[in-house]
Amino acid sequence: MIKGKNIIIVGERDGVPGPAIAACVMAAGGNIVFMTTECFV
Amino acid sequence: MDLESQAQIKKIADDLGKDSVMVILGASDIEGAEIAAETLTVGDPSFAGPLAGVSLRLPVYHILEPDLKSEIPDDVYEQQVGIVSMIVDTEEVANKFKAIRAQFDG
Repeated sequence: MIKGKNIIIVGERDGVPGPAIAACVMAAGGNIVFMTTECFV
Repeated sequence: MDLESQAQIKKIADDLGKDSVMVILGASDIEGAEIAAETLTVGDPSFAGPLAGVSLRLPVYHILEPDLKSEIPDDVYEQQVGIVSMIVDTEEVANKFKAIRAQFDG
């Protein structure tokens, strides 16, 4: 599902932040094309 | 969802095509995640950002879904996501996002 896909990451400061998701995506072989960490508060 | 992020994601979807792109969210608040998912599939519900009225229909997943977890090495997942996965009902997240994809797909 992740491997070889272009991945857009929308993390959250109080949940799982962007860089943490990015580490998972890279380990699974995905290609990160955009990453952000939002704050919904 | 942040207006600048909306603009950048719209450009990426336009440039790369939605078939090769997948979105992964990390919000611990499921309601917030649902709004972000809606924004990236059928358009910004607040009609405030660049995705107002724009149906990107991108496939949206949550990092806490077991189907995604199974593709990530256990040690990496545990280190990066472990704590949040302990305080959030991951089965509920999976069911919500399956419903969101079914509702907004196509």
